Amino acid sequence: MEFVKNKAGRMVPTYIEGIGELKPFNGIFDAEVAGRRHGAINSKVVPTDQKLLGSIREAIEKTGLKDGMTVSFHHHLRNGDYVLMMVMDEIANMGIKDITICSSSLTNAHEGLIEHIKSGVVTGLHTSGLRGNIAKEITTNCILPKPVIFRTHGGRARAIESGEVKIDVAFIAASCCDEMGNMNGKLGKSAFGAMGYPMVDAQYADKVVAITDNLVPYPAYPISIPQYLVDYVVVVEEIGDPSLISAGATRVTQNPLELLIAEYASEVLIQSGLVKEGFSFQAGSGGASLAVAKFLRDYMKENNIVGSFASGGATSYLVELLEEGLFRTLLDTQTFDAKAATSFMRNENHVEMSASMYANPHNKGCVANKLDIMILSATEVDVHYNVNVMTASTGVIMGAQGGHPDTAAGAKLTVVVAPLMRKRIPIVVDEVTTVVTPGETVDVVVTERGIAVNPKNAELLQTLKKTNLPVMTIEELKNLAENFTGKPEKVTFGDKIVGIIEYRDGTVMDVIRNVVK
Amino acid sequence: MKKLRRTMLFCPASEPKMFYNTPVYHPDCIIFDLEDAVAYAEKDSARDLLCEAVKTLDFKDIEIFVRINPLYTAFGETDVREIVKAGVRNIRLPMCETAEDVKKLEALLTEVEKENNIDVGAVKVQCAIETPKGVLNALAIATASPRVVSISFGAEDYTRILGVDRTKTAKELAYARSYIVLAASVANVDAIDTVWSDVSDIEGFKAEVQEAKIMGFSGKSCVHPAQVKEVHKIFTPSQEEVEKSLRIIEAAKEAEEKGIGVITVDGKMVDVPVIQKAERIISLAKAAKVLK
Repeated sequence: MEFVKNKAGRMVPTYIEGIGELKPFNGIFDAEVAGRRHGAINSKVVPTDQKLLGSIREAIEKTGLKDGMTVSFHHHLRNGDYVLMMVMDEIANMGIKDITICSSSLTNAHEGLIEHIKSGVVTGLHTSGLRGNIAKEITTNCILPKPVIFRTHGGRARAIESGEVKIDVAFIAASCCDEMGNMNGKLGKSAFGAMGYPMVDAQYADKVVAITDNLVPYPAYPISIPQYLVDYVVVVEEIGDPSLISAGATRVTQNPLELLIAEYASEVLIQSGLVKEGFSFQAGSGGASLAVAKFLRDYMKENNIVGSFASGGATSYLVELLEEGLFRTLLDTQTFDAKAATSFMRNENHVEMSASMYANPHNKGCVANKLDIMILSATEVDVHYNVNVMTASTGVIMGAQGGHPDTAAGAKLTVVVAPLMRKRIPIVVDEVTTVVTPGETVDVVVTERGIAVNPKNAELLQTLKKTNLPVMTIEELKNLAENFTGKPEKVTFGDKIVGIIEYRDGTVMDVIRNVVK
Repeated sequence: MKKLRRTMLFCPASEPKMFYNTPVYHPDCIIFDLEDAVAYAEKDSARDLLCEAVKTLDFKDIEIFVRINPLYTAFGETDVREIVKAGVRNIRLPMCETAEDVKKLEALLTEVEKENNIDVGAVKVQCAIETPKGVLNALAIATASPRVVSISFGAEDYTRILGVDRTKTAKELAYARSYIVLAASVANVDAIDTVWSDVSDIEGFKAEVQEAKIMGFSGKSCVHPAQVKEVHKIFTPSQEEVEKSLRIIEAAKEAEEKGIGVITVDGKMVDVPVIQKAERIISLAKAAKVLK
């Protein structure tokens, strides 16, 4: 296998058997863009045709799914999703093999895939992230024959639209759907909010199957995905448990350490001068990140500032800002909790957007590129400001790219918030285990003990030095962490590549290797 | 410069993670607790952990206190012997009821200091007054030893013994709190107010801190990091107060130089007590680093 050093300084392969040619990351906006988007196939549906089918098996048969094809899913129901496993179990029962799953992400709800991987039903995974036992099995036992391709939310939309990924059948869970396939995630007992991810799949997949537990009289309204993109509709008892959507990644923090980090971060934002009338804001998942909104709120109120839009990843924190009139609009590609889902249902200023509109770098302008401020979490940050949100310090996969690299590249000010240590493991290190977001897109790193400003932002650094904030260099932060923890032991990696970190533009940012026990 | 004791943040000595996390909230003092926060079975291990932490960690300008177990328990004396050896120089004596209690600790401290070649008198004491008897003996306690640097009030045992409920208006504590402030003032030591345990009620906490400041306390014991910032806001002189105090001190200096008797600043008469108050505010402002 031939390797080259990419612009982030990582050695990446130029070709992988079963995946094909790979281009190394060459700078955040430097990938060449050419060609046209992938075309959707023409279909014929006559007035007497019935889209409504009796079972998932019948839908799989009608779509003509066979060995070697690619199926897609969304993860809007996160840990509460039932649909992916329902469909994959049926595919396995039908004896179909060698399937690639292109899901917007995979969660703990999908651990059943381990068996399907081991039996050869699933041989490829494209996802934003992986957690739990599947991640462990893939990283340590190498159960998947090909590396997992990890894409950002914007990168996934780009890959689908460009035809780089060809989805043969998209299976789309909908909490509200009619017999013709008009659907939304807004209404019904399993309502999950915005349908940002499958809005892209539905336009480019050869076959589209809606799976719902709430078939409503025609026409279903509002329409997030319209009937003219949908081939079949299947009714099941339950598409998932929406109460599990907010579990994990989007908890509301009471942790004083995270609140302190959030308070420092909000002071950095204020000092940057960007928190002003008409500004835009997004905060990624993670306790400290979400809590920044809480501190920002007080400042905006005191100074009568109204922002233009907040985007996300809509959480209850952002919804509160919208409801209090502190932002005019909330642009939502994925709704993270029950309060945000209710807001999406009732508030006309809470607007759904597709993953492409959110973050695709190769369309005609995405929301991520319009952001003034982005707050992001990190598993590790290195002295070059590169961020890892994908692998633990043990080398095992445990996270997701999400919109991290998309928004970091797009926002005027990207602030990474993280504790300096987690369970005696330093977070600021010499070199991250896996580069997910390149350092050139990160402006400030905020921890509970110190704040480091990327030297490219000389002006901001000077401004912050005049405040009482604990400003220091990233090396000083790293040393501070190591004073407590000592230098972390290096993980022993094997030589098998188990994951490819694809940057939003389709180039290779890094690879993940297997961990030797 | 006056030592700031606006906040004394409790930290259980059985939680090693908190040893290095508590300083990030920048309290003026941390009280590592070997008493109530530590389970009976963990008393020895917590003490060992604490001694190691004190030897290794750099707490910078945060003043470190250790709340020992009372000397009448099986752990009190060992607590004193071990933590002083490890380098602790401030001890909080719980359930202090009489001057005798202080003297007992003093005798033990003197012995331990001599054994370890530490200057006699180096270890200071904060006396926690937590009972009606202790309150009535507050002045005797505060003046029992030159080691005493502050007395603190604890309302939980006090209300239990009195047989009254602890209310958010704190009316049941009015006499005791006032008396402790007076005793501290006479003894020229700090008076530290009781804890507010409902950590979710920050508004109630702020009201009580405001009252503590008005009553004359030097600071407050805190049980949650989020409380630290609120106490500092209230106990740190405002920019307005600082500027006014500077004007008063300046005017007084000028009057003295010119030999003028009575002066006015902002239309108000300035005499010696006013000047002394202004000096106290400036001293606090400097200690709190809001004035260089």
